[in-house]
Amino acid sequence: MQGKKIFKLLLFLLLITPSLTIASEEVAKEENSVKSEIKQDIMHHLQDAYDFHLFTDKTTNTHYGFPLPIILWDNGLHVFMSSKFHHGEAVAESKGNYYKIYHNKIYKTDAEGTLSMDENHHVTNAKPLDFSITKSVFSVMLISLLIFLLFRGFAKSYKKSHIPNAVGKFMEPLVLFVRDEIAIPNIGEKHYKKYMSYLLTVFFFIWFINLTGLTPLGINVTGNIAVTFCLALITFLITQFTSKKDYWKHIFWMPGVPVPMKFVLAPIELLGVFIKPFALMIRLYANISAGHIVLMSLVGLLFVFQNWFARGAFLGLTLFLSIIELLVAFLQAYIFTMLTALYFGGAVAEHDDHH
Amino acid sequence: MEIPAIVGAGLVVIGAGIGIGRIGGSAMDAIARQPEATNKIQTAMLIAAALIEGIGFAALFAV
Amino acid sequence: MEKLINEFSVGLFFWQTLLFLVLLFLLKKYAWKPILNAVNEREKSIEDALNKAEEAKKEMAELKSANEDLLKEARVERDEILKEARTLKDKIIAEAKTKANEDAERIVASARESIQHEKMAAVTELKNQVAVLSIEIAEKILKEELSSEAKQSSMISSVVNEIQLN
Repeated sequence: MQGKKIFKLLLFLLLITPSLTIASEEVAKEENSVKSEIKQDIMHHLQDAYDFHLFTDKTTNTHYGFPLPIILWDNGLHVFMSSKFHHGEAVAESKGNYYKIYHNKIYKTDAEGTLSMDENHHVTNAKPLDFSITKSVFSVMLISLLIFLLFRGFAKSYKKSHIPNAVGKFMEPLVLFVRDEIAIPNIGEKHYKKYMSYLLTVFFFIWFINLTGLTPLGINVTGNIAVTFCLALITFLITQFTSKKDYWKHIFWMPGVPVPMKFVLAPIELLGVFIKPFALMIRLYANISAGHIVLMSLVGLLFVFQNWFARGAFLGLTLFLSIIELLVAFLQAYIFTMLTALYFGGAVAEHDDHH
Repeated sequence: MEIPAIVGAGLVVIGAGIGIGRIGGSAMDAIARQPEATNKIQTAMLIAAALIEGIGFAALFAV
Repeated sequence: MEKLINEFSVGLFFWQTLLFLVLLFLLKKYAWKPILNAVNEREKSIEDALNKAEEAKKEMAELKSANEDLLKEARVERDEILKEARTLKDKIIAEAKTKANEDAERIVASARESIQHEKMAAVTELKNQVAVLSIEIAEKILKEELSSEAKQSSMISSVVNEIQLN
């Protein structure tokens, strides 16, 4: 029942957000400016940000949201709030150093904020080491905390009875799904237990993050290459460090094929070792980014068209794609987890039965 | 005349699309023929589709 | 590719790795282990209960078959006893019959014998009586016949005649 309610709420929000904005954006008449604005908005949304921006009132040019802490390492720790940048318009000063945001990156500048460019329009200013709590980092923190609290409560409820609490009733089949449909068939009864924690964490982390990406908060975490790189890297490292002898044998000296073929296969297999996590990284990143781009473009098209009939059609399409994206959010978490389990299974497989 | 890289990427995407479509279609046929093996077929289908998708991404990001 | 590398943010990577590892560790300790343990335990208890039910069923079946065996045995025993009793009865009856026959025969035989004896005795007595009577009669006749001399001589002559004829 709870899930249904949340689903209804989500649908309502999805319906209401574009329509509310239609009313407020009615004033924008010039089509070209609208188009470029939409493009800018989408690009802005896809990138990480230094403040948690919810929406902007264009008529009064006020931004709604809250600033996040900036943490820089530049011969000493510099910590200050991102409000100092005034949404990238001002130069921030910290302990005698000056910083400016240009194209979503922090550069060290002088007091006037002058940026020097080379002939390819790349900024040549020094970049401090940036460990800021950006919008994505903040979202990851929040969602991690949410996941932890939800599942801890779920785990605790087992102490009282065999029947879990409400969260558990919803999540337990998913936990069993990860165990029975992902881990055991791909890794095998013998070895699956030691990977369960990682598989479950990665599955629920990606799923929750993907779902929050569909809320009107405009969070786009798994559409950041650094995030997916991190997850793929951990999968890669676990695969290599838990692998058995057979795994390496199958890479460098494939049994059951003629000797010349072994020399051909070895580099291909070795390349495959790196391509597999790379594909994991790209797949998640590209799917989520593409989903966000498509959804935002469709919402943007609602403002481009003046015809109410076209707007209605695009509203329906947006709704349809939003539901598809809900499915994609789950599917990508599933595929990431399943391929991870598959690679783990390859690492621990013992091939004494065939060849 | 030089063909832009994006055209090549487009061709790869078309190829990958056809590939994934064929996988999906074949999987549907297989499920229709053997509904009791749905789970196994689905898993195999997703893995195969994911691999082709990887090629598609490689082309897209090579541009 | 260049776009991807350009987009890569070291800070985000650092935080993501840190947060994810912390989350992994915390969830492993506080969520996955208790959850998987509880699920395993429950699955095991269900399996145990099912096994136990199966066992009880088997035991019941065994008990039932044992009961049936016992019943069968009892029935066989009863039949045997009945059979034995019947044969015994038949034997007793037969024995009694033969004994009765024998007795009867014996009685009849002894009766017959005594009858024979009586008869013989009667006959003998009768013979004796007849003999006595005959002698008396003969005496009387003789007395009558031999009362005169003439009669005695005729008599002697006839007897002598008779002897000659023989």
